Amino acid sequence: MSETTISNVGTDALVRSVEQGSRNAPYTLSELMVCAAAREIKDGELVFVGMRLPLIAFVVAKKTHAPHAIGLFENGVIRSTPAAELIYTMADPPNLLGATQCLDMLGVMSLLQSGRVDLGFLGAAEVDRFGNLNSTQVQGSHGMIRLPGSGGACDIASLADRFVVLLEHKKERLPERVSFMTSPGYGDGQGWRKRVGLPRGGPSAVITTKAVLRFGNECESYLDSIHPGIEVDDVLSNTGWKLQHPENVQQTPEPSLEELRAIREYDKEGFWTS
Amino acid sequence: MGCLALRQGPSTRTRLEGAVKPMTKVCSMREVIAEFVPDGASVAMGLQMEQMIPFAAGHEIIRQKKRALTLIGPISDILFDQLIGAGCVEKVIAAWVGNVMMGSAYNFRRAVEQDGLKVFNMSNFTIALALQAGAMGVPFLPTKSALGSDTAKGNHFFYQIFSPFAPKESLWAVRALNPDVTIVHVQRADAEGNAHCWGNFGVMIEGVRAAKRVILTAEEVVDAEVIASDPNRTVIPGFLVNAVVECPFGAHPSPVQGYYSRDNEFFREYHEQTKTKAESDVWLERWVYGVSDRREYLDQVGADRIDALSVKQHAYAAQADFGY
Repeated sequence: MSETTISNVGTDALVRSVEQGSRNAPYTLSELMVCAAAREIKDGELVFVGMRLPLIAFVVAKKTHAPHAIGLFENGVIRSTPAAELIYTMADPPNLLGATQCLDMLGVMSLLQSGRVDLGFLGAAEVDRFGNLNSTQVQGSHGMIRLPGSGGACDIASLADRFVVLLEHKKERLPERVSFMTSPGYGDGQGWRKRVGLPRGGPSAVITTKAVLRFGNECESYLDSIHPGIEVDDVLSNTGWKLQHPENVQQTPEPSLEELRAIREYDKEGFWTS
Repeated sequence: MGCLALRQGPSTRTRLEGAVKPMTKVCSMREVIAEFVPDGASVAMGLQMEQMIPFAAGHEIIRQKKRALTLIGPISDILFDQLIGAGCVEKVIAAWVGNVMMGSAYNFRRAVEQDGLKVFNMSNFTIALALQAGAMGVPFLPTKSALGSDTAKGNHFFYQIFSPFAPKESLWAVRALNPDVTIVHVQRADAEGNAHCWGNFGVMIEGVRAAKRVILTAEEVVDAEVIASDPNRTVIPGFLVNAVVECPFGAHPSPVQGYYSRDNEFFREYHEQTKTKAESDVWLERWVYGVSDRREYLDQVGADRIDALSVKQHAYAAQADFGY
């Protein structure tokens, strides 16, 4: 979702894992992921926000290190301030009240295509070794499973200066190669984007429920950090290819009190972040 | 004037009579759907994304058992799923079909996975471009989106071209779309279909300009002077509109800015109550077949729920001075 930019698959499982794993932790796994996502936003950047966890990440970034970031939404909304209350879709009335601009999709997509957008957040059912995304259809044990589709994900992955993916870390969701490439990452590696004609961009990070992956010189993903309490082997054995990693893997920074406060003030009932 | 008087199309009548006396295109939902949505039609809906989805019109399409429709839209927040579940749909041209807040929509999944529903996968931008091409009267518009993506493969809306001005520059030509009928819901319109809308437009304006016929459903039908007082807010000119239906709460459970909020619980319940075909049939019986029109639907929603969704704090825009 697009919403529509962030695909909806996997959130249930994500919430479950939090409930089982860290009931007594000072922060939830979702909150950790939100903070990791927030730190991907630099001050003053134009960001395609999306829904769910990235939406909260935008709020956190605005309230902490990136007060001048601007959020774009595919429905035509542009915001310099977060919506005053929690929203479930980008067209919820609080997201329109006090917006910088409310116009049309072609307008914001034109900003994207002309190279003005720095960052976009995406979800997916699958992400592969080179950061390609699938949110169209996956092979289940009883045949094909149809997912909602691209929404704006393909456009953001194609045209933003960089994009960040959030998803649950499971082997079947991180295959060596996606079965359907809804949204282009680095294709089959270095040079692919240029070869197919994409003007710029590509994934800069994949934030999972276990780790943060980034992309090296050959455009292949590597393990950049593991979340507190997660073992490297756990990440490697739940990844569908031989994931490269440095000898000593750093830990994903924990949320600061300031960040947690920003999250909890916004998502008061923990709809997205419990 | 009844709905049947509109058969010859709006432009003729507007030219003949519009300058002299205002014509009314106001009809009942039943008349409008019967008249302008024949079996086999391509129908664009949900063009303002998650706001102002014309659910009342969609439910009337279901009640009238329209068949073999092609649905066109960027995303569709459960309305497409309901039409698919009711057996109205042969093809879908869309970027995303589901329940935005909850995830997958089950009728859509069943139809694709088990019954082979034909889906043309688009992205939000490329469906906007397809409608814009249709609106502009050109066969396609070029884009750099979706290059290398499987979304475009085997999909006749995409054709690879090279820029005539930079021969190595690869582009997709996105084929124009001209819906047989576009249905939009707005805040207010006059009897001729000049419409004020505010909030996010998504691809509404392109979808209206591209369409062969336009059905407008509005929270309120107001005097022409009200619309004429603010021409910048008149995003749909009446001469493009074939029929106007006054339909308060016509977009419920989706929101209409300044009129009512999104009924989040309704979307959650739909997700829980349509997991199987049998459950979906029960849902449709309760909310669509079991009510004869929007009024009965709203009775079933209930006054308390309607009240809870109503505007709690008005936020009026500053006036704009059109004087000279």
